[in-house]
Amino acid sequence: MADVLVLVEHVDGVVGKPTLELLTLATRIGSPVAIVVGDGTGLAEKLGEYGATAVLSADDDALTSSVVAPVVSLIESLVASRSPAAVLIASTTEGKEIAGRLAVRLDAGVLTDAVDVALDGDTVVVEQSVFGGSTVVHAKATRGVPIVTVRPNSVTPVASPAAADVSAVTFPAADGRHAVVESRSATAAGGRPGLSEASVVVAGGRGVGTAEKFALIEELADALSAAVGASRAATDAGWYPHAAQVGQTGVTVAPQLYIACGISGAIQHRAGMQTSKTIVAINKDAEAPIFELADFGVVGDLHVVVPQLIAEIAKRKS
Amino acid sequence: MSALRIVVCVKQVPDTWSEKRLDPLDQTLDRAAADGVIDELDTYAVEEALRIEEANEGSTVVVLTMGPAGAADTVRKALSMGADEAVHVVDDALHGSDALATSLVLAKAIERTGFDLVVLGSESTDARMGVVPAMLAERLGVPQATLASKVEVDASTSPATVKIHRQTDVGQVVVSAQLPAVISVLEKINEPRYPSFKGIMAAKTKPTATWALTDLDIDASSVGLAASATVVVDAVARPPRGEHTIIKDEGDGGSRIADFLVSRKLL
Repeated sequence: MADVLVLVEHVDGVVGKPTLELLTLATRIGSPVAIVVGDGTGLAEKLGEYGATAVLSADDDALTSSVVAPVVSLIESLVASRSPAAVLIASTTEGKEIAGRLAVRLDAGVLTDAVDVALDGDTVVVEQSVFGGSTVVHAKATRGVPIVTVRPNSVTPVASPAAADVSAVTFPAADGRHAVVESRSATAAGGRPGLSEASVVVAGGRGVGTAEKFALIEELADALSAAVGASRAATDAGWYPHAAQVGQTGVTVAPQLYIACGISGAIQHRAGMQTSKTIVAINKDAEAPIFELADFGVVGDLHVVVPQLIAEIAKRKS
Repeated sequence: MSALRIVVCVKQVPDTWSEKRLDPLDQTLDRAAADGVIDELDTYAVEEALRIEEANEGSTVVVLTMGPAGAADTVRKALSMGADEAVHVVDDALHGSDALATSLVLAKAIERTGFDLVVLGSESTDARMGVVPAMLAERLGVPQATLASKVEVDASTSPATVKIHRQTDVGQVVVSAQLPAVISVLEKINEPRYPSFKGIMAAKTKPTATWALTDLDIDASSVGLAASATVVVDAVARPPRGEHTIIKDEGDGGSRIADFLVSRKLL
């Protein structure tokens, strides 16, 4: 079986869930080979548990001191040496930039925001959800190694134990001038999961009413270990940061569970969340379009329903 | 203080509220079926380019688009906001171009018109791939300072520099680069200005170059649908969501949601 290169995301020595999802998909189309930027030794056990047959550890400060380009050079050299069946990268904003530059370097097809990957004979075929989820397409690369970015939460990670040997790899220095990282600040998510990779997202909209009332949305989110999202009406009103905006001009999410509180569900918002696996909506207006998408909807006042839900969650968890 | 030549890339996209579908013949977006407007995310790029221009006397903003003849409306919108000149790359052979081909054409046009800084929206609201700014940096061989929530250009040094706050899924980093460079900006980095009446009138007389592939020394066989490095195998409308339950809150709404979550093993 051909190698499938998987770019690993890790923070503080912990492998990110999107990476486990990539490994699970990679086992379906080949032999997963994990690429770690940094020291991969401590990650090998976890990566092997989910199917990595090898861990390639590229521990070089140059990879993180410049924007994107050095990682592209690293993957480019590994594609040349290992001739993989595909390269899988998590569909984050930076992951897509890496994929794009790599596609130019290799003159290869790039497929972003895949939700599934399969083999048709020897050909890697990906499933994508386009137009805000209204259309499902299958697509493939017609030249070069397929470079695929996979949307977080598209697949449930499945353990598939393999013996992952760690080996150090070097890569050619990236040519040319690059943007240099001067400083970094950790996310200010207050310990909550990142919006695009969270399994559960609780989002608030116009119906929340004020910035202060978003504390209720956060409280429900924390009860479910969820990320907090917001509709554009709420971010434009200044009630919640723009970085949390779910929608066509904001973040696209596809969690296992999306709870929309006081969100009417304008097309602009639906484009960013309608591929969520399960959708719950709470809204005063029975005619709100969000109810067309909801698996379960409550027509009512979120300021009454949400506190009760939080209490019920606490009760059932204890 | 040096004058900068700033190229801002804009794209005409289907209006959010119009029906979008794939052309059954070639699985490309049926652009004729939807009203075209300037991509909202690009209006932030135009505004940012204009602000950089205003802060650096003698600078020029060139608006660049690639698209069918109708995309001239999108160019005019950017000119009416205050851009100084425009380049519109239009060629029948471009139909169905993928991101690789699009970035090739844009890079050639940017090189031909000349640039110190290229400014783009972080992604388009129709394709939403978010790859073109990075691809352009790669093709132009210049630094990539993308996903900016804040941009500061310092043209007092030689070479001029740009410093941005780069916002990714994992957090924020401060990034600096020497010009020439490519930057992309995030939604809400600024408040795009509305075109003034004077601006709208002035837009009609601003220089607009219309270039075909031959003007850019690009072979028609390297762009368009046939040259795409990816192909759509099939496309189907997503089946409607399964059964759903909508209840009116009778004082037990929160409890009923908890029941539902338990039934779906989500709690």
